[in-house]
Amino acid sequence: MADTVKLEIVTPDRKVLSEDVDYVGAPGAMGEFGILPNHVPFLSALGIGNLYYKLGGKTYYVFVAGGFAEVSHNKCTILAEVAEMAHEIDVDRAQKAADRAGQRAQQTKERLDFARNQAALRRAIARMSCQRAGKDAGTC
Amino acid sequence: MASLRDVQNQIVGVKKTKQITKAMNMVASAKLRGAQERIERFRPYAQKFYDMLGDLAAGADESVHPLLEVREDIRSVGILVATSDRGLCGAFNSNIINKALKLAAEKAAEGKAVKVYCIGKKGNDAFRKQEYDIKREERDAISSFDFTLAASVGDEIIRDYMAGELDEVHLVFGEFVSMAKQPAVSQQILPMAATEGEGGGDAGDYIYEPSVEGLLAELLPRFIKVQVYRGLLDTSCSEHAARMAAMDNATKACDEMTESLTLLFNKTRQAAITADLMDIVGGAEALKG
Repeated sequence: MADTVKLEIVTPDRKVLSEDVDYVGAPGAMGEFGILPNHVPFLSALGIGNLYYKLGGKTYYVFVAGGFAEVSHNKCTILAEVAEMAHEIDVDRAQKAADRAGQRAQQTKERLDFARNQAALRRAIARMSCQRAGKDAGTC
Repeated sequence: MASLRDVQNQIVGVKKTKQITKAMNMVASAKLRGAQERIERFRPYAQKFYDMLGDLAAGADESVHPLLEVREDIRSVGILVATSDRGLCGAFNSNIINKALKLAAEKAAEGKAVKVYCIGKKGNDAFRKQEYDIKREERDAISSFDFTLAASVGDEIIRDYMAGELDEVHLVFGEFVSMAKQPAVSQQILPMAATEGEGGGDAGDYIYEPSVEGLLAELLPRFIKVQVYRGLLDTSCSEHAARMAAMDNATKACDEMTESLTLLFNKTRQAAITADLMDIVGGAEALKG
């Protein structure tokens, strides 16, 4: 029995991470789920939020937006359109994006793609919270 | 016969051209390296995506999704053409354009309405001269693009397809096979051919969240975007490879021209010297007499 699970995070632009970890927590479309070694085969859509993994007593955070997770043969593959490690996140940019989205929500006169604006806001907030969590855990 | 100065001017001109073609060759090779790296980085994602779709399709029981369904009555055909923005890359763009035009002509001959989505300036210029309905124009796109472009084009195609404005979609692009080979390829992307069936054997034990149908509804549209993105990546890579080859040939041609012009120059110069000598000798002879 293996005691680690191989975590791979890939996006269309790059391979973000490939590592053997102790635990993976991911924001599933239907709520957060956790993956421990020897999990049964599992396939889920991902929402916007923080993915985290535990390795050697430390917790690392990764921001993901949209994608899929597949678990099989002790391997957890995350296919995300966007994935950023906590230390790669540009907080200023996220803050600006959040401000913009907030402003747009205020201006009701404009024809507004509400769902899109909300998604942008959620992404920005998730990015910021991801980095904060990473800082708190001392891995960022 | 050309005068000495004319020949010299020509030599200088050809040498200047050679410098340009050589520089373009080097630029293309640097860009090619970048484009190839992008393909390399994209490959794991695409591979994993195929695997996942295979696993999922193996567990799905004939669950029909609109994007998989082949329509009986095909009235309009969408053609997505990916070309480069700039020329000077040999027959690369015209190959793609010819392929797309031929496909469009075939479909039009069958009485189907043809709608064109152009990414890249060259393809756009060519299709503007035709009477086909151009639904989307992306000029100066190939030079710098990311997944967002593929996603937005993919979204538009899916939207039109779902709305019934398109019954079939083809993607025409320059496949990057090797440095020496970049054939124009046309590929049907909608409705999706039965790409599945290659899935893992143990698919039955999977837990699906939210459900197989829900996942398929998420995965299939994204698969279209992955294919579009791949087409764009390949086209941009092929473009640089084709330009490298074209510029290499041009540089060689310049060398040959310089050589033959230099020969001509020497001959002309020799003839002039001979004529001068004859004059002098003739003059000296005359004085003696």
